[in-house]
Amino acid sequence: MTPLLEVQGLRVTFGTTEAVRGASLSVLKGETHCLVGESGCGKSVTSLAIMGLLARGGRRQAEVLRFAGQEIGGLGERAMSRLRGDRMAMIFQEPMTSLNPAYTVGSQMTEVLRRHRGTPRAQAVDRAAELLGRVGITAPGLRLGQFPHQLSGGLRQRVMIAMALMCDPELLIADEPTTALDVTVQAQILRLLEGLRRDLGLGVLLITHDLGVVARIADRVSVMYAGEVVESAPTAQLFGDPQHPYTRGLLACVPVPGKVKRGDPLGSIPGVVPRIPPGFAGCAFRDRCDHAQPACAGAIPRRAAAPGHEVLCTLQPGWAGRQAA
Amino acid sequence: MVRFLLRRLTVAILVALTVLTLSFLLTRLSGDLAISIAGPNATQEDVDLIRQAYGLNRPLAQQYLDWLLRAVQGDFGESYFFKDRVANLIAHRLPITMTLGLVGLLMALVVALPLGIIAAVREGSWVDRGVMLVALIGQAMPSFWLGLILMVVLGLNLGWLPISGTGGWEYYVMPGIVLAFSAIPSLMRLTRSGMVEALASDYIRTARAKGLSRLSILVKHGFRNAAIPVVSIAAVQLGFMLGGSIVIETVFAMHGVGYLAWESISKNDFPVVQAVILVLALIYIALTLLADLLNAVLDPRLRTA
Repeated sequence: MTPLLEVQGLRVTFGTTEAVRGASLSVLKGETHCLVGESGCGKSVTSLAIMGLLARGGRRQAEVLRFAGQEIGGLGERAMSRLRGDRMAMIFQEPMTSLNPAYTVGSQMTEVLRRHRGTPRAQAVDRAAELLGRVGITAPGLRLGQFPHQLSGGLRQRVMIAMALMCDPELLIADEPTTALDVTVQAQILRLLEGLRRDLGLGVLLITHDLGVVARIADRVSVMYAGEVVESAPTAQLFGDPQHPYTRGLLACVPVPGKVKRGDPLGSIPGVVPRIPPGFAGCAFRDRCDHAQPACAGAIPRRAAAPGHEVLCTLQPGWAGRQAA
Repeated sequence: MVRFLLRRLTVAILVALTVLTLSFLLTRLSGDLAISIAGPNATQEDVDLIRQAYGLNRPLAQQYLDWLLRAVQGDFGESYFFKDRVANLIAHRLPITMTLGLVGLLMALVVALPLGIIAAVREGSWVDRGVMLVALIGQAMPSFWLGLILMVVLGLNLGWLPISGTGGWEYYVMPGIVLAFSAIPSLMRLTRSGMVEALASDYIRTARAKGLSRLSILVKHGFRNAAIPVVSIAAVQLGFMLGGSIVIETVFAMHGVGYLAWESISKNDFPVVQAVILVLALIYIALTLLADLLNAVLDPRLRTA
């Protein structure tokens, strides 16, 4: 099956800073793929680069950047803008500021359909109302006439989601869509995304740093560190048999009820994501890694630990199991 | 919206009353009016006569109330110099000043808005730096000097436009350019900084993620928000242009309100002076009110505040 989105060797630079250093991942139709990692590891930049939405000064290169079988890495701004909002849509971390304060919800939603499909206003309004209902907003007619400042953060994020769905996209990229929302609203939004994926057959690329979110809705997980995808696996496989020391460290940071007793120290990874100087070789995690060895300064092999489970590490697959035994 | 309107209107009326009072008091503060009207060679009897004739012997409070009650009804009395009703004088000259101000503002907007937007889109490029340099030069150049240069080049050397006087549209071009030049720098800077801020905002990223056209992103989503402070400043600038037309109208010998103000000040024609100050102030207040209303139209958050 051709992946809906296929990214190989994605590089993004801002001046001399390399934010993404050869990241690879793929999203299947109807699948939720979570991209996880700590702040500053390049998750958001990766998602923006895929959409062609990098801020001024960002430069993108990719060996492969394919959407629905079509190479989009070489497309110009005009051609990309035909895809964006139509076949690939994106929602953001900041629901409070992502809507234009000067226009009503209805006007901002309908303009997507009018731009890509030339739909008449009345029909576009009907579609907007229908989608507001679909994302769980009561009284859609009222909301369409309201301005963003009249809505709460959770409502605004629902509006953003509904707006992203206007043209029935195949791919939805969600960049930490619940980070700015309170916990109960977070759960609602995640349930909503999960339902949409199931009902509409969307491919979802969900950026998050929250492993709890990953465990709940991801079909597949890619762990990102310092601009590289260091491990990628189906969710159960990754949680059950993590291979990369960084992944293991991340998982150890999450207290699991029943396994952690009160008073036990919480897991943590010492240090922070380093700034990677130009021309850096080897594993970027080695300074923080308990298992670092001389080979880590050389070229790092990409290994298959299991079918569909890839890891970027010098350790042999299965090292962790042997260590425990 | 109604509350917003009422609040702005109340403030406007209070400001108008204050200006009314100040314009009355300031003319009285400049010394004994009867003496200055009578001139240096007048006898004491002449002065007394004038004081009697113009009612200057009455208590100040009574003069003020009398003037206020008439002014509110649009009656500013009779000019001492022109032998005409002050209201007539102003009614004849106001259209010239208003036309000049609007021409100047229109020219300024036509130049400043596109340049400001282009500078913001190409922030940091040579286009941006060039535009900002023009703004700097414009700000540094005295308007009467620019007026004289234009007269020499466009009027004398090229003979394209009349050098001075009041008449058809061609008489408004040069003074319009001069007025526009004084307003362009601030309008352009504000447009640029507003656009730079808007273009870096999250909602512009959303607009791009929606695949909207470049024009829609820049103008509909970007400029719409950047325009809010520009509208306020444009109204203030128009006010400055009408008030500042004293210099321009004098340089170009246009018989507008500014020129009238200059004439009446130099001739101690204080009913005219008072009325001109008041009319200009009222226009200024009306413009500020208009800017507030336009802002409320542009920014929905103001309407519910």
